[in-house]
Amino acid sequence: MTDLLYSDVEDALRASVADLLADRSGLPSVLRRIESDQPCDLKLWATVAGDLGVAGLLVPERFGGVGASAREVAVVAEELGRAVAPVPFLGSAVLATSALLGCDTSAVAEPLAALASGTLTASLAVPLAGMPGGAFPDTVRATVDGRLIGRVRTVADATVAQLLVVPAIGPDGPALFSVVPGDGVTVTPVTALDRTRGIADVTLADAQGQLLAGPTQAPTALDRALTVGAGVLASEQIGVAQWCLDTTVTYLKGRYQFGRAVGGFQALKHRLADLWLELVTARAAARNAADALAEDSADVAVAVSVAQAYCSVIAVHAGEEAVQLHGGIGMTWEHPAHLFLKRAKSDEIALGTPGRHRARLAGLVDLPGPVA
Amino acid sequence: MTTTETLDAADIRRRVGDLLAEHDPASTDRLDFLRARFDAGLAWVHFPVGLGGLGGPRTLQAVADAELDAAGAPTNDPRRQGIGLGMAAPTILRFGTTAQKARFLRPLWTGEEVWCQLFSEPGAGSDLAAAATRAVRDGDEWVVNGQKVWTSGAHAARWAILLTRTDPDVPKHQGMSYFVCDMTAPGVDIRPLRQITGEAEFNEVFLSNVRIPDEHRLGEVGQGWQVAQTTLMNERVAIGGQAAPRESGMLGVVANTWRTHPDQRTHELHDRLLKLWVDAEATRMAGERLRQQLAAGSPGPEGSAMKLAFARLSQALSGLEVELLGNDGLRYDDWTMRQPELTDFIGREAGYRYLRAKGNSIEGGTSEILRNIIAERVLGLPSEPRVDKDLPWKDIPR
Repeated sequence: MTDLLYSDVEDALRASVADLLADRSGLPSVLRRIESDQPCDLKLWATVAGDLGVAGLLVPERFGGVGASAREVAVVAEELGRAVAPVPFLGSAVLATSALLGCDTSAVAEPLAALASGTLTASLAVPLAGMPGGAFPDTVRATVDGRLIGRVRTVADATVAQLLVVPAIGPDGPALFSVVPGDGVTVTPVTALDRTRGIADVTLADAQGQLLAGPTQAPTALDRALTVGAGVLASEQIGVAQWCLDTTVTYLKGRYQFGRAVGGFQALKHRLADLWLELVTARAAARNAADALAEDSADVAVAVSVAQAYCSVIAVHAGEEAVQLHGGIGMTWEHPAHLFLKRAKSDEIALGTPGRHRARLAGLVDLPGPVA
Repeated sequence: MTTTETLDAADIRRRVGDLLAEHDPASTDRLDFLRARFDAGLAWVHFPVGLGGLGGPRTLQAVADAELDAAGAPTNDPRRQGIGLGMAAPTILRFGTTAQKARFLRPLWTGEEVWCQLFSEPGAGSDLAAAATRAVRDGDEWVVNGQKVWTSGAHAARWAILLTRTDPDVPKHQGMSYFVCDMTAPGVDIRPLRQITGEAEFNEVFLSNVRIPDEHRLGEVGQGWQVAQTTLMNERVAIGGQAAPRESGMLGVVANTWRTHPDQRTHELHDRLLKLWVDAEATRMAGERLRQQLAAGSPGPEGSAMKLAFARLSQALSGLEVELLGNDGLRYDDWTMRQPELTDFIGREAGYRYLRAKGNSIEGGTSEILRNIIAERVLGLPSEPRVDKDLPWKDIPR
């Protein structure tokens, strides 16, 4: 059976990330930042990625990383979610890094070392709504000499990336290329529903790529990256939901109407009890996915899709309850609840909607749909 | 007296070896073996020496159970003694006198004497502390009158744990006393209570001038509510659930129905089935996580939540199953009134499961009460107004 608890090392990592975020990325500053030209907090990211070393968690020690596993990465994602921290952790340290780790070539050594040290930020050029178990993307074509042509919509963290990992169809079939933004590369930021995560459309017009993986490795490497991303995202979602629950409970204890703390009304108490139960359950599903990824379990596809199908729904529910139960203040721009609602709703789509993960599970666990 | 501070798995194995050497399970009478096992301290190792235990850590029980199971030793069939083992025994251990422990625990554990519970009343369900069954002192005895309900196994029980009102003039929590009641005593009238499933798992028990010796009182006069808390805490632990494999229980039944009835599949049912499959799998993980927290010695507050989750799931799954069956969902296997020894969800058909599952959100604490408990004890939200808290029990509106 998988280990569903947090180890002492994981708790210590959580505490150091939480301390840093409390100190450097309070919600008032996130609220100000989402109205600026650069929603991503690059200074914070330099500290989190480099000084705390979280960008190198998945990178093996031989490449200069920490050689930890998805369990530790998931704990970091939880804390980043709890703070809706505007840093490119998911796009760079999880998705792009995992894709590079699946490429068996010396060409990945240098970028992995730079990623691990926090001096490089990368992005995996796939639509963020994509998910594991799907077809290899075919919107980018590659020539024999690695020239890339095509377009990828809604790519996470591409705006701040100095390296793009691009899935493309080459002369031999599916391939992964690295591309340095420059000639022939256009990264157009999108006005995102969730401004705490940068999204951009990437256009490649005869851009020069370096081949990282060919037809034998590229599909596996990409699928693994999307699997790790989806599994880790479940932990981000429980972090988002935890903030919503904690903050709403605190608010309802102090908000008085009709001469009583409104948190004493049973109609509200029961909604919060249900939300707490959902979160307890979601945490177990997210830990199970993180552990399955860390152990490279045969059950990883099921564990990740269960976690995504469950945690996505719970995070959105928590965000919606936070806005509703805060009443009027929850509807205002100045209160941070909307940051979490927007992150939760975007996360619901990211790396596969709950419905798509359920549809995938139908195949994985032999529950076929209606015939014809 | 044995020193048990350093009791470990090797000690347990040695003691099991000694027991088996002296009492070969193949040639020893079942009851004789169980009594010998109790006397060897291998019944419940966390109980004190002399009372079926060794005063050791509870976790070592699994070692003894596994060794005895491997040797083909008889068991005390714990499924048939849920109330005795899960509720009466820990309460007797905590509040019983030396004489009471010596008298009751051994035959309780071996199953010679079955126990039932006389707590709930028609007027005291969620508000158990409102119980109205009166016990009035008469010399060295108490005379008990009242009506209890939802008593499983009353017709097979030798003893009952009984919650009574001994002082109606003080607030409800203060005027209660707790007894061991002889179910064969004159004045104990047991009537089966038929449920919506057609069968009667439970009974109503009418107590008319039942005389209980004072030496069968557990705890002090007026301390009944505190004693009952010990009993109920153990009930919640007992219901909390064990780690189960994927697709076990109700989910497995429904998934199998889906797989074997391709003609009944629709997109709408498919979507609901998959949602419930995910819910059940995530809930299974939550149960397993709770088990791991308990094993690591850091129990979370998740225990009471698991019952809430289980009730919701079993009701949704059993309802879906009836729909999945189409025309067959219109049938019911058997409405015959009977008194089953055990609740058997899997041995019956879909309609029974659907109806029986309705009780899951009522028995052992309603889901509404559990939500109050979570909101107040876990989230720290304000308590429900308790208008009867300081009123003498006799003045509470009813």
